[in-house]
Amino acid sequence: MTLALAVDIGLALLVLAVAGWTIAVRDTFAAVIGFVAYGLLLALVWVRLAAPDVALTEAAVGSGLTGLLLLSASARLRHAKTSAAPPGPVLQWAAGALCILIAAGLAALVLLLPDPAPTLAPAAVAHLPATGLGNPVTGVLMVYRAIDTFLESVVLLPALLGVWSLASEGDWGGAPILRHPRPDGALTLMAQVLPPLGIIVGVYLCWNSADHPGGAFQGGAVLAAMWVLALLAGLVDAPPIRQRGLRVLLVAGAAVLLAVGLAGIGLAGAFLAYPEHYSKPLILAIEMALVLSIAVALALLVAGPPVRTPS
Amino acid sequence: MSFVLDLFTMGAVLAGALFFLAGTVGLLRFPDPLTRLHALTKADNLGLGLIVIGLLPQVAWPLGAFKLIAIWLMALFAATTISQLMARAARDGEPVR
Amino acid sequence: MRWGERMEIADFLLTVAVFVLAMVALGLVRILRGPAAADQMMAAQLFGTGGIAALLLLGVATEADAVIDVALVLALLAAFASVAFVQGAAPADEDIKEKNHP
Repeated sequence: MTLALAVDIGLALLVLAVAGWTIAVRDTFAAVIGFVAYGLLLALVWVRLAAPDVALTEAAVGSGLTGLLLLSASARLRHAKTSAAPPGPVLQWAAGALCILIAAGLAALVLLLPDPAPTLAPAAVAHLPATGLGNPVTGVLMVYRAIDTFLESVVLLPALLGVWSLASEGDWGGAPILRHPRPDGALTLMAQVLPPLGIIVGVYLCWNSADHPGGAFQGGAVLAAMWVLALLAGLVDAPPIRQRGLRVLLVAGAAVLLAVGLAGIGLAGAFLAYPEHYSKPLILAIEMALVLSIAVALALLVAGPPVRTPS
Repeated sequence: MSFVLDLFTMGAVLAGALFFLAGTVGLLRFPDPLTRLHALTKADNLGLGLIVIGLLPQVAWPLGAFKLIAIWLMALFAATTISQLMARAARDGEPVR
Repeated sequence: MRWGERMEIADFLLTVAVFVLAMVALGLVRILRGPAAADQMMAAQLFGTGGIAALLLLGVATEADAVIDVALVLALLAAFASVAFVQGAAPADEDIKEKNHP
C-alpha cells in the first residue's frame, strides 16, 4: 500500500516538474520534447488510475502524431520571418490569470464532489450483457452514448477542412507534401519494416475493443502514424485532396454510424438503438469503418494543407 | 521450481535496471554526443532486453511471452534506426542551442 | 506459485519500475543542458524506453494485460516520435542553400 502511494506521489511530482519545465523553456524544440515526455508520463498516470483505455489513447496520439505536428509547427516558426511584436506584459499577465482561474475552478469542482462521488458505473456494468460487449468503456462509447461518438467522428472533418482552407487558391484540390528533409537508408528501412507491424497492432486495438481496452481512435492513431511514416520516407506520395476515394474514406465512419442509427429508428424504435442480438456485429462493423476514417483524417491533419498544384 | 524462476526474474530485472542506471549516468557525464549515444544504446537494448527476459517466467505462455518479446524486438529495431539518424544529426552539427 | 511469494515478486517489480522511471527522469536533465539537439533527442529516447520498461514491470506486477498493450503501442511509436525529432532538428533546405551560397 505504502509502495503504491510512493509510486503515485513520485509520478505526480514528475508530471508537475515536466509540465512546469515545458511552459518555462524558451526554445520551442526543447518545449516539444518536454511535451512528448509529459504525454508519456500522463499515459503512466492513466495506467495508475486504472484507465487503460485512456492510457492507450494518450500513448497512441501523444507520443506519435502530436509530437510531429508540434515539431513541424516549431520548425516553420523558426524559419518564418516574424514581424509581429511579442505580446505585451498586460496580455501575458491576463493569459496567466485566466489559466490559473480555470485550473483553480477545475480543482474546486473535483474537491467539492460529494464522497463517494456520484457514479453511473454500476448501472453501466449491469446492462453490459445486453450489448454483447465485455468492455464497459466500449459499451458507453458505442451504446449508451453513441450520439457523442457520432459527433466526435464528425468533428474531425471540420478540423480537416480548417487545415485545408489554408491552401492557396491555385493549390486547392492538390496534394499536401510531407517529406523528411533528408530521407536516407535508415529511414527507408524503418518505413518498410514498421508499417506491416503497425497495421496488425492498429487492427488488433480496434478489434479487441469489444472485450478489452482499445478502440477505433487508438487503432486509427496507430494506422495514421504508419501512413505518415511512409510519407516521411518518401515511399508514397500523399493523394490529392480532390480524389473521390479519399473523400469517401474520410466520411465512411460517420456515414456508417449514421446509417445504422437511422435504421435503428425502424428496427429498434430509437435513433442509434441496435436491434436485439445484432448489437455486437453492428458495433464491430461501425468501429471498422470508424478506424479507417479516423486514420485517414489524422494523417491528413498532420500532412497539412495541399501545396502541390493539381495536374 | 517457482522459487528458482522468481530468483531468475529478480536477477535479470535487476541487471536490466542497472543498465538503465548506467545509461543515465553516461548520458549525463560523457563528454560529447557520440559517446553519449553509445551509453544510451546500452540502456535501450540491454536494459529493456534483460527486463523482458526477466519478466518472461511471470507471464502466460506462449501468447503473453510472445507479446513481450515482440515489444523488445520493436524497441530494438527502433533504437537501431534512430541511433543512425541521431548520430548523423550530431555529426552534421545542427545548430547549437 | 503461492500467494505470499506472488506478492513479494510483485512488490519487487513495482520497486524496480519506480527505480527505472526515476533514472530516466534524471536523464531528462540532458534536455536542459543540451547543448545540441541530438542530446535532447537522446534524453527523450531514453525516457521512452524507460517508460516502456516501467509499464511492462507495472503490468506484470499488477497482472493487468492492458498495460502491456500500452507498452506495445509506445514501442511501435517510439521510433516515429524520434524520426519526428530528427526532422524537427534538421536544418530545412533553405538553410543548407544559404550555407553553401552565402
